[in-house]
Amino acid sequence: MDNLYQYLLSGLSNGAIYALIGFGFAIIHNATGIINFAQGEFVMLGGMLALFFLVFCGFPLSPSIILSILIATVVGIIFERLAIRPLKNAKPIRLIIITIGASIFIRGAAMLIWGKDTHALPAFSGNDPLYIAGATIMPQHLWIFAVTILVIFSSRLFFNHTIIGKAMRACAYNAQAASLVGIDVRIMVMLSFSISAAIGSLAGIIIAPLTMTSYDVGIMLGLKGFCAVIIGGMSSGLGTVMGGLLLGLLEALGAGFISAGYKDAIAFIILLLILFFRPEGLFGKKETERV
Amino acid sequence: MLKIKNVNTYYGQVHALKNVSLHMNAGEIVTLIGANGAGKTTLLNSLSGIVPPRGGEILFQDVPITNLAPHKIVKMGISQVPEGRQIFKPLSVEDNLELGAYLYHRAKAEKERTKKTADMIYELFPILKERRKQLAGTLSGGELQMLSIGRALMARPHLLLLDEPSMGLAPIVAQEIFQVIENLSRESETTILLVEQNARAALKMAHRGYVLETGRLILEGMAADLLENKEVQRAYLGKDKKEIWER
Repeated sequence: MDNLYQYLLSGLSNGAIYALIGFGFAIIHNATGIINFAQGEFVMLGGMLALFFLVFCGFPLSPSIILSILIATVVGIIFERLAIRPLKNAKPIRLIIITIGASIFIRGAAMLIWGKDTHALPAFSGNDPLYIAGATIMPQHLWIFAVTILVIFSSRLFFNHTIIGKAMRACAYNAQAASLVGIDVRIMVMLSFSISAAIGSLAGIIIAPLTMTSYDVGIMLGLKGFCAVIIGGMSSGLGTVMGGLLLGLLEALGAGFISAGYKDAIAFIILLLILFFRPEGLFGKKETERV
Repeated sequence: MLKIKNVNTYYGQVHALKNVSLHMNAGEIVTLIGANGAGKTTLLNSLSGIVPPRGGEILFQDVPITNLAPHKIVKMGISQVPEGRQIFKPLSVEDNLELGAYLYHRAKAEKERTKKTADMIYELFPILKERRKQLAGTLSGGELQMLSIGRALMARPHLLLLDEPSMGLAPIVAQEIFQVIENLSRESETTILLVEQNARAALKMAHRGYVLETGRLILEGMAADLLENKEVQRAYLGKDKKEIWER
């Protein structure tokens, strides 16, 4: 039973990270129809930049985090300007392939800058475990839960109660109609890239103390986030959270009770099953149009 | 107010508008009639910047707007009520109207006027006020059309482009919409370019009309004259006129 607690806990905290990464996928997909396979690289950038500022430059924690997120966001904007915007009328599939290219490029650049070593980011509030109901919990887990909840709530607030957030949703639903009410669709696309880069890098920063970070963590984390958002059904915000948590839990339970070697396999088996049997996601609604 | 000179618009290789020239005076209702595929929607979309013309010039209040992006054209004072309403269905009625005034969102000074415009629209369409918290996707066809018109009016346009406002509506609802359009033109002096399948209703309401056929303007004139025109009656008003050789 003790183990079960532990599995659940680590499953939930990994799941929260997957959900955050998945959020980034959903935001860009909803605004542009693109699946941004460079999403994982923003996660990596978050971790590596935080490491760079915190450990190599010796900055305090909060400025390091803020700087890392800012830089990752700028990279996201540059990525959109250089790789996505010039092909404004291209089909999504071409743009998706471009995002794969961009992810390889960013990963390569990170390798040249920071090398191939794996590093650990120091935990935000020490490494002394807390004991709750018989399970040990690292303070970093609490950080992860808190940040995830914060991000979910603030994005709900943003998308439902600010005019810019509503404009982004309008763009996602019908870009042409959005332009007809005076919304600059290109700005909305850029905004979606910057928001998902920011959320992705934040996810990378808060997970780095638990899982270590290196130039190539983006591939796996990105794919897990992709699984989360597919389970949740691309469009729904809460669905992605549920998808991430479910994925994290199943992974942790599978790794604990079957074999740790199957951890990643479980995620991809779930992904394939969802794509085969319920491509709109467990929590997504089928589009029903009334004409 | 609006001058369109020799506009040519293409969809890929398809030459959709051929040397179209048209003008509108302030306060007028001008209607554009023509069969399906004649290029009516294309003309509106060229005006709105969605399908920019490849040749020719569009002047609005003597300013060229030919190659402006759609959101800039809205800022100039031209709003379109697009074909098929194109309402943001996952958002509430209220949010749809709020987005209609998106171009004013940075100007604090406009807040009061935007609120007044919204009140005016709720007065125009009381049903929208009743449903303002509802998701727009739950509205009926007529209500969606009202919302689409309301959303366009939120930008306080000088020129309103209406694309098939009666499409898919019950005759009595269509009548109601036409009445609103007529009142709008009379009371707020909005200039209106109306594209309509129901040519008779459109010509009755309009001051002038143009007839578009396969991308070319073939006729123009006072609406009353067009209603009497034999060719228009035969082709667009469904009057049973025999072809010349059948007489």
